Amino acid sequence: MSTASAAAITPQSFKSGVKPVWCPGCGDYSVLSSITKALAALGLAPENAAIVSGIGCSSRIPAYTSCYGFHGVHGRALPAATGLKIARPDLTVIVAGGDGDGYSIGGNHFLHACRRNVDLTYVVMDNHVYGMTKGQPSPTTEPDWDSKLAPGGTGLREFHPLVIALASGANFIARAFSGDPNGTADLIAQAVRHPGFSFIEVLSPCVTYRPEQRGWKDAVRPASVAVTDDPARAARRLMTDDGFNLGVLYAGRRAPYRAAPQHEPQSPASLELDFAL
Amino acid sequence: MSPGNDAVLLTGNHAVAWGARLARPKVVPVYPITPQTPILELLTEFQAQGELEAEIITPESEHSVMAACIAASLGGVRVFTATASQGLMLMHELLHYASGARAPIVMANVNRTIASPWGFWPDQTDSVAQRDTGWIQFYVESAQEGLDTVLQAFRIAERVRLPVMINLDAFYVSHSLEPVRVPPQALADEYLPPYAPEHYLDPARGESWGNVVTQEMYWRHRRDIGGAMDAVPEVAAEADREWQRLSGRGWDLVERYRCEGADLVVLTMGSMCGTAREAVDELRDAGHAAGLLKVRLFRPLPAAELRRALAGVRDVLVLDRNFSPGAGGVLHQELRAALYGTAAAPRVHGALAGVGGVNVPPAKIAELAGRARSSEPLPEAVWAR
Repeated sequence: MSTASAAAITPQSFKSGVKPVWCPGCGDYSVLSSITKALAALGLAPENAAIVSGIGCSSRIPAYTSCYGFHGVHGRALPAATGLKIARPDLTVIVAGGDGDGYSIGGNHFLHACRRNVDLTYVVMDNHVYGMTKGQPSPTTEPDWDSKLAPGGTGLREFHPLVIALASGANFIARAFSGDPNGTADLIAQAVRHPGFSFIEVLSPCVTYRPEQRGWKDAVRPASVAVTDDPARAARRLMTDDGFNLGVLYAGRRAPYRAAPQHEPQSPASLELDFAL
Repeated sequence: MSPGNDAVLLTGNHAVAWGARLARPKVVPVYPITPQTPILELLTEFQAQGELEAEIITPESEHSVMAACIAASLGGVRVFTATASQGLMLMHELLHYASGARAPIVMANVNRTIASPWGFWPDQTDSVAQRDTGWIQFYVESAQEGLDTVLQAFRIAERVRLPVMINLDAFYVSHSLEPVRVPPQALADEYLPPYAPEHYLDPARGESWGNVVTQEMYWRHRRDIGGAMDAVPEVAAEADREWQRLSGRGWDLVERYRCEGADLVVLTMGSMCGTAREAVDELRDAGHAAGLLKVRLFRPLPAAELRRALAGVRDVLVLDRNFSPGAGGVLHQELRAALYGTAAAPRVHGALAGVGGVNVPPAKIAELAGRARSSEPLPEAVWAR
């Protein structure tokens, strides 16, 4: 934790001054704001945090903050963040990206990051579309979404990130909405405080390729049930969830990843004992 | 628009998509990436309008794209895909597999800088770094050449049973609008008959691919790939001649531009050729005997043809829009290897020109040419912009 005085640190302290190139109205502006608010609320200084990303519109976030940043290759933010956190456990490591980076090209890493349970906070800005390459369907795109690049829809079932995170062992699962930046900031702060791998799915509308997502503001609601630490209860909730319940939906008690305990190396003589006749 | 013999304005990407459409692929696995995505967009549009009877699939990464391409190709159908830069990097493992499986896939690659740091500029390091994967490689200078080369590529690939990569520089070729003649479908069909491979995955015959083999079998298989590669210059020259006969357009494997009596030849590939043509014109206007050799087929390098074209030339200036740290420019290295030991070989000067997409104007090329004339070549390529 920072030694800087809390009074001196504001959300503005975490902004780099680089102007985002997102489209006007993109949900990612407010997620950037929520991340900076959360870091300030946690009493951290920019040098105490790192933001790691892959490729996509939302993955541009590291350049817009004054934290340590790493803009890696497509889909590989989580392995890079894992390496960083293990090398520098004192850093607060936030991983940011979108549904394309996290669920398609990086889908395998998502499973194993949940399973490994390293103390990371993974913020996925989900807009159900590949925005940076101009509007192709992503794994979370509805199967009947009709578009120029998927005439008649893909016909493919959506990926259900929260269920998959739970099944894979994520220790904290929440859903946020970019239209509620204070609520999102609070969830990010809770996720950072919670030990182990924390996953926040942020509904972040793409106003350019999915303008109908402006309607999400009328669909979202706080989850009507209290947070659970019981994976079985969480599984039932998430499997019946309509995708618009906000809040912490699961907060587990798995011990986070720890580096393997260092044993005294065995001597060759002791190894030979096992083979002695 | 409909195909015909009138010229229409197309970008390099859209010309490539037209070439693919005319080749009638049955499966097109593809993943979007800048600056390739317009190829995918236009193919999707063709399909949606019922003008392309292909299954377009969008797997979760380029690695999966190439896996799907290989299996679809071995299923006995024509397969096309397109990528760029990082997408090609991610495919690397399966590029080797594709040639090993003798899958005649055709892929367009839009040459773009590779990370890190991030950039979206024209640079051929992405594809020259795949030179050992067993893919035939073409580099095109224009949209028309891109369209024509896609059709030629299928003909070559299916004859020698090796995959072909067609490379076009980001933006300079991929996004520039140029007049393009889109040949009628009947002409493309005459040039490229339906794909009917002798071997394909057929449950009735129980053949399989990719098994664990003995050293002897592996050795023989690699040697056979070498034999197929060796046949490419002749097969590709025939494919070009036949296309010229039908369409009136031929591109050669190595194009000689104003090389008659030249004592200095600029040698490069891709969009840089357009700039080099201007430089050569300026040098000729100033009374210098300069020419351009455009390397269109880069893998296999048509060494015999290059040796013939450079006979009697005193200086060659190689312009590489790629960089292999520790080795310099790849084309520079390859040309020196091709000329080594030949009698009266020209002096070979190398310039890393345009790496990262930086602009290299004709005056710069003329300046480099002047320096090449007046000095002994350096062992390393010089950085130029």
